[in-house]
Amino acid sequence: MTPRWDDLTEGQGPSPRELGPLTRTDFVRYQGASGDMNPIHHDEPFARAAGYPAPLAVGMFQAGALATWAADWLGPENVRKTRVRWKEQCWPGDVLHFSAKVVKKYESDTGERRVDLELSAVRAGGGVAVQAWATFVVPR
Amino acid sequence: MTMDKDAVGASGAPFTLEVERGKIAEFARATHGADPAYFRPERAVVPPTFLTTILFWETLVEGANPWARLKMDQQRGMHAEQEYEFHGPPPRAGDRLTCTSKVTELYEKAGRRGGVLTFAVMVPEFRDATGRLVATAKMTGVETERAPDEGGATGGGK
Repeated sequence: MTPRWDDLTEGQGPSPRELGPLTRTDFVRYQGASGDMNPIHHDEPFARAAGYPAPLAVGMFQAGALATWAADWLGPENVRKTRVRWKEQCWPGDVLHFSAKVVKKYESDTGERRVDLELSAVRAGGGVAVQAWATFVVPR
Repeated sequence: MTMDKDAVGASGAPFTLEVERGKIAEFARATHGADPAYFRPERAVVPPTFLTTILFWETLVEGANPWARLKMDQQRGMHAEQEYEFHGPPPRAGDRLTCTSKVTELYEKAGRRGGVLTFAVMVPEFRDATGRLVATAKMTGVETERAPDEGGATGGGK
Protein backbone atom coordinates (compact mmCIF):
# COMPACT_ATOMS: atom_id res chain seq x y z
CA MET A 1 0.00 0.00 0.00
CA THR A 2 1.55 3.29 -1.10
CA PRO A 3 1.75 5.75 1.82
CA ARG A 4 -0.49 8.81 1.58
CA TRP A 5 0.67 12.41 1.98
CA ASP A 6 -0.80 12.83 5.47
CA ASP A 7 0.90 9.63 6.65
CA LEU A 8 4.40 10.61 5.54
CA THR A 9 6.78 12.39 7.92
CA GLU A 10 10.41 13.48 7.67
CA GLY A 11 12.69 10.75 9.06
CA GLN A 12 10.25 8.03 8.01
CA GLY A 13 11.20 5.19 5.67
CA PRO A 14 10.18 1.76 4.44
CA SER A 15 11.09 -1.38 6.40
CA PRO A 16 14.77 -2.09 5.67
CA ARG A 17 15.48 -4.74 3.07
CA GLU A 18 18.21 -7.32 2.69
CA LEU A 19 19.37 -8.25 -0.83
CA GLY A 20 21.62 -11.23 -1.43
CA PRO A 21 23.84 -13.10 -1.16
CA LEU A 22 24.53 -11.65 -4.63
CA THR A 23 25.19 -14.23 -7.34
CA ARG A 24 26.82 -14.25 -10.73
CA THR A 25 23.34 -15.02 -12.05
CA ASP A 26 22.12 -11.70 -10.63
CA PHE A 27 24.84 -9.92 -12.62
CA VAL A 28 24.18 -11.84 -15.83
CA ARG A 29 20.42 -11.30 -15.64
CA TYR A 30 20.99 -7.60 -15.09
CA GLN A 31 23.49 -7.35 -17.93
CA GLY A 32 21.09 -8.99 -20.36
CA ALA A 33 18.28 -6.69 -19.24
CA SER A 34 20.35 -3.50 -19.45
CA GLY A 35 22.55 -4.13 -22.49
CA ASP A 36 25.81 -3.62 -20.57
CA MET A 37 27.77 -6.70 -21.66
CA ASN A 38 31.14 -5.80 -20.09
CA PRO A 39 32.83 -9.22 -19.49
CA ILE A 40 34.38 -8.00 -16.21
CA HIS A 41 30.98 -8.76 -14.61
CA HIS A 42 30.55 -12.38 -15.75
CA ASP A 43 33.73 -13.78 -17.34
CA GLU A 44 35.81 -15.27 -14.51
CA PRO A 45 39.15 -15.58 -16.40
CA PHE A 46 38.69 -12.05 -17.80
CA ALA A 47 38.03 -10.62 -14.32
CA ARG A 48 41.04 -12.43 -12.81
CA ALA A 49 43.30 -11.27 -15.63
CA ALA A 50 42.22 -7.71 -14.78
CA GLY A 51 43.37 -8.28 -11.19
CA TYR A 52 40.03 -8.94 -9.51
CA PRO A 53 39.32 -11.97 -7.28
CA ALA A 54 35.98 -12.62 -9.03
CA PRO A 55 33.58 -10.92 -11.47
CA LEU A 56 32.57 -7.67 -9.80
CA ALA A 57 28.95 -6.66 -9.51
CA VAL A 58 27.54 -4.25 -12.12
CA GLY A 59 27.32 -0.92 -10.31
CA MET A 60 23.98 -0.16 -11.95
CA PHE A 61 22.61 -3.51 -10.71
CA GLN A 62 22.82 -2.70 -6.99
CA ALA A 63 21.99 0.96 -7.67
CA GLY A 64 18.96 -0.03 -9.74
CA ALA A 65 17.79 -2.50 -7.10
CA LEU A 66 18.06 0.22 -4.43
CA ALA A 67 16.08 2.76 -6.48
CA THR A 68 13.49 0.16 -7.47
CA TRP A 69 13.02 -0.83 -3.82
CA ALA A 70 12.20 2.83 -3.01
CA ALA A 71 9.78 2.88 -5.96
CA ASP A 72 8.06 -0.22 -4.60
CA TRP A 73 7.36 1.85 -1.47
CA LEU A 74 6.18 5.16 -2.99
CA GLY A 75 4.95 3.94 -6.39
CA PRO A 76 6.95 3.62 -9.63
CA GLU A 77 4.68 6.11 -11.44
CA ASN A 78 5.59 8.72 -8.78
CA VAL A 79 9.38 8.70 -9.31
CA ARG A 80 10.71 12.01 -10.61
CA LYS A 81 14.43 11.85 -9.89
CA THR A 82 17.07 9.38 -8.73
CA ARG A 83 20.78 9.95 -8.28
CA VAL A 84 23.24 7.26 -7.25
CA ARG A 85 26.89 7.37 -6.24
CA TRP A 86 29.12 4.31 -5.87
CA LYS A 87 31.38 4.06 -2.84
CA GLU A 88 32.53 0.42 -2.69
CA GLN A 89 32.50 -2.38 -5.19
CA CYS A 90 30.29 -5.42 -4.59
CA TRP A 91 31.11 -9.08 -5.15
CA PRO A 92 29.39 -12.45 -5.45
CA GLY A 93 28.34 -13.53 -1.96
CA ASP A 94 27.79 -9.98 -0.68
CA VAL A 95 24.64 -9.30 1.32
CA LEU A 96 23.38 -5.72 0.99
CA HIS A 97 21.24 -3.87 3.51
CA PHE A 98 18.98 -1.22 1.98
CA SER A 99 17.65 1.69 4.01
CA ALA A 100 15.86 4.91 3.11
CA LYS A 101 14.27 7.85 4.84
CA VAL A 102 12.33 10.96 3.94
CA VAL A 103 14.59 14.00 4.40
CA LYS A 104 12.21 16.66 3.04
CA LYS A 105 8.44 16.88 2.60
CA TYR A 106 7.30 19.91 0.59
CA GLU A 107 5.17 21.41 -2.14
CA SER A 108 6.99 22.30 -5.36
CA ASP A 109 6.67 25.67 -7.15
CA THR A 110 3.86 24.15 -9.19
CA GLY A 111 2.01 23.03 -6.04
CA GLU A 112 2.96 19.39 -6.49
CA ARG A 113 3.41 17.44 -3.24
CA ARG A 114 6.87 15.90 -3.09
CA VAL A 115 9.25 14.05 -0.81
CA ASP A 116 13.04 13.80 -1.08
CA LEU A 117 14.66 10.58 0.14
CA GLU A 118 18.18 9.60 1.12
CA LEU A 119 19.03 5.95 0.55
CA SER A 120 21.93 3.63 1.08
CA ALA A 121 23.02 0.09 0.35
CA VAL A 122 25.54 -1.19 2.91
CA ARG A 123 27.58 -4.39 2.48
CA ALA A 124 27.26 -6.76 5.44
CA GLY A 125 30.70 -6.75 7.06
CA GLY A 126 31.79 -3.86 4.82
CA GLY A 127 30.98 -0.26 4.11
CA VAL A 128 28.49 1.77 2.12
CA ALA A 129 28.33 0.40 -1.42
CA VAL A 130 25.81 2.86 -2.87
CA GLN A 131 24.52 6.24 -1.69
CA ALA A 132 21.42 7.53 -3.40
CA TRP A 133 18.94 10.38 -3.43
CA ALA A 134 15.44 10.31 -4.87
CA THR A 135 12.45 12.59 -5.37
CA PHE A 136 8.87 11.29 -5.57
CA VAL A 137 5.56 13.04 -6.01
CA VAL A 138 2.89 11.98 -3.53
CA PRO A 139 -0.71 11.84 -4.76
CA ARG A 140 -3.31 13.46 -2.53
CA MET B 1 44.90 14.40 -17.72
CA THR B 2 44.85 11.86 -20.50
CA MET B 3 41.27 12.54 -21.59
CA ASP B 4 40.49 14.72 -24.57
CA LYS B 5 39.19 18.20 -23.62
CA ASP B 6 37.98 18.72 -27.18
CA ALA B 7 35.26 16.11 -26.54
CA VAL B 8 33.37 18.57 -24.31
CA GLY B 9 30.36 19.80 -26.25
CA ALA B 10 30.31 16.79 -28.57
CA SER B 11 26.83 15.46 -29.35
CA GLY B 12 25.99 11.94 -30.50
CA ALA B 13 23.68 11.09 -33.37
CA PRO B 14 20.01 10.92 -32.25
CA PHE B 15 18.66 7.40 -31.77
CA THR B 16 15.34 5.81 -30.86
CA LEU B 17 14.45 4.04 -27.63
CA GLU B 18 11.34 1.88 -27.94
CA VAL B 19 9.85 1.46 -24.46
CA GLU B 20 8.71 -2.17 -24.58
CA ARG B 21 6.64 -4.28 -22.20
CA GLY B 22 8.98 -7.28 -22.34
CA LYS B 23 12.09 -5.23 -21.60
CA ILE B 24 10.34 -3.41 -18.74
CA ALA B 25 9.32 -6.72 -17.11
CA GLU B 26 12.78 -8.22 -17.67
CA PHE B 27 14.49 -5.14 -16.24
CA ALA B 28 12.15 -4.99 -13.24
CA ARG B 29 12.84 -8.67 -12.50
CA ALA B 30 16.60 -8.08 -12.83
CA THR B 31 16.46 -5.18 -10.34
CA HIS B 32 14.18 -7.14 -7.97
CA GLY B 33 11.19 -4.85 -8.49
CA ALA B 34 7.91 -6.13 -7.05
CA ASP B 35 5.31 -3.52 -8.03
CA PRO B 36 2.62 -4.98 -10.34
CA ALA B 37 2.80 -1.80 -12.48
CA TYR B 38 5.99 -3.17 -14.09
CA PHE B 39 4.37 -6.42 -15.17
CA ARG B 40 0.89 -5.44 -16.34
CA PRO B 41 0.01 -6.12 -19.98
CA GLU B 42 -0.99 -2.54 -20.87
CA ARG B 43 1.12 0.59 -20.43
CA ALA B 44 3.56 -0.95 -17.94
CA VAL B 45 5.62 1.75 -16.19
CA VAL B 46 9.42 1.76 -16.35
CA PRO B 47 11.59 1.12 -13.25
CA PRO B 48 13.53 4.20 -12.01
CA THR B 49 16.85 3.37 -13.74
CA PHE B 50 15.34 1.77 -16.88
CA LEU B 51 16.70 4.39 -19.27
CA THR B 52 20.13 2.78 -18.86
CA THR B 53 18.86 0.40 -21.57
CA ILE B 54 20.06 2.99 -24.10
CA LEU B 55 23.28 0.97 -23.76
CA PHE B 56 21.63 -1.42 -26.23
CA TRP B 57 19.68 1.03 -28.42
CA GLU B 58 22.62 3.35 -29.00
CA THR B 59 24.57 0.47 -30.58
CA LEU B 60 22.10 0.46 -33.48
CA VAL B 61 23.09 3.95 -34.63
CA GLU B 62 26.65 4.80 -35.54
CA GLY B 63 28.03 7.74 -33.58
CA ALA B 64 25.17 7.74 -31.06
CA ASN B 65 27.43 7.70 -28.01
CA PRO B 66 29.99 10.56 -27.88
CA TRP B 67 31.62 9.17 -24.68
CA ALA B 68 34.37 7.39 -26.64
CA ARG B 69 35.64 10.78 -27.84
CA LEU B 70 36.84 11.44 -24.28
CA LYS B 71 39.37 8.60 -24.72
CA MET B 72 39.05 7.53 -21.08
CA ASP B 73 41.53 4.81 -20.10
CA GLN B 74 39.43 1.64 -19.70
CA GLN B 75 41.76 0.27 -17.00
CA ARG B 76 41.51 3.39 -14.85
CA GLY B 77 38.00 4.54 -15.68
CA MET B 78 34.77 3.78 -13.87
CA HIS B 79 31.22 4.91 -13.34
CA ALA B 80 31.10 7.33 -10.38
CA GLU B 81 27.55 8.73 -10.40
CA GLN B 82 24.33 8.33 -12.37
CA GLU B 83 21.16 10.40 -12.36
CA TYR B 84 17.73 10.08 -14.00
CA GLU B 85 15.15 12.84 -13.94
CA PHE B 86 11.61 12.45 -15.27
CA HIS B 87 9.95 15.77 -16.17
CA GLY B 88 6.53 14.30 -15.40
CA PRO B 89 5.25 10.73 -15.01
CA PRO B 90 7.86 8.12 -16.09
CA PRO B 91 7.71 6.60 -19.60
CA ARG B 92 5.43 3.63 -20.22
CA ALA B 93 5.37 0.68 -22.58
CA GLY B 94 4.42 1.84 -26.05
CA ASP B 95 6.29 5.14 -25.80
CA ARG B 96 8.88 5.91 -28.43
CA LEU B 97 11.61 8.27 -27.27
CA THR B 98 14.32 10.00 -29.23
CA CYS B 99 17.57 10.25 -27.32
CA THR B 100 20.55 12.53 -27.92
CA SER B 101 23.66 12.29 -25.72
CA LYS B 102 26.06 15.16 -25.18
CA VAL B 103 29.39 15.41 -23.34
CA THR B 104 28.95 18.45 -21.06
CA GLU B 105 31.84 18.61 -18.59
CA LEU B 106 35.41 17.52 -17.91
CA TYR B 107 37.09 18.53 -14.64
CA GLU B 108 39.76 17.45 -12.16
CA LYS B 109 39.70 16.98 -8.39
CA ALA B 110 42.28 15.87 -5.85
CA GLY B 111 41.60 12.27 -4.72
CA ARG B 112 41.09 11.37 -1.06
CA ARG B 113 44.14 9.14 -1.10
CA GLY B 114 46.35 11.24 -3.33
CA GLY B 115 46.47 11.51 -7.07
CA VAL B 116 44.22 13.42 -9.39
CA LEU B 117 40.75 12.24 -10.36
CA THR B 118 39.41 13.35 -13.72
CA PHE B 119 35.61 13.47 -14.00
CA ALA B 120 33.63 13.51 -17.24
CA VAL B 121 29.90 14.08 -17.61
CA MET B 122 27.54 12.99 -20.38
CA VAL B 123 23.88 14.05 -20.55
CA PRO B 124 21.42 11.99 -22.62
CA GLU B 125 18.09 13.79 -23.26
CA PHE B 126 14.88 11.90 -24.06
CA ARG B 127 12.08 13.52 -26.09
CA ASP B 128 8.69 12.29 -27.29
CA ALA B 129 7.27 12.63 -30.82
CA THR B 130 6.15 16.21 -30.13
CA GLY B 131 9.66 17.22 -29.03
CA ARG B 132 8.70 17.49 -25.36
CA LEU B 133 11.57 16.73 -22.96
CA VAL B 134 10.46 13.58 -21.10
CA ALA B 135 13.61 12.67 -19.21
CA THR B 136 17.20 13.74 -18.69
CA ALA B 137 20.00 11.44 -17.58
CA LYS B 138 23.43 12.41 -16.31
CA MET B 139 26.35 10.01 -16.27
CA THR B 140 29.54 10.87 -14.43
CA GLY B 141 32.65 8.79 -15.07
CA VAL B 142 35.96 9.09 -13.29
CA GLU B 143 39.48 8.25 -14.37
CA THR B 144 42.07 7.66 -11.67
CA GLU B 145 45.82 8.15 -11.94
CA ARG B 146 46.30 4.48 -10.93
CA ALA B 147 44.27 1.34 -11.66
CA PRO B 148 41.37 1.02 -9.19
CA ASP B 149 41.87 -1.61 -6.49
CA GLU B 150 39.37 -3.67 -4.55
CA GLY B 151 37.13 -1.66 -2.26
CA GLY B 152 36.71 1.41 -4.41
CA ALA B 153 39.67 3.32 -2.94
CA THR B 154 39.06 6.12 -5.38
CA GLY B 155 35.39 6.63 -4.65
CA GLY B 156 34.19 5.09 -7.88
CA GLY B 157 32.36 1.86 -8.15
CA LYS B 158 31.79 0.09 -11.39
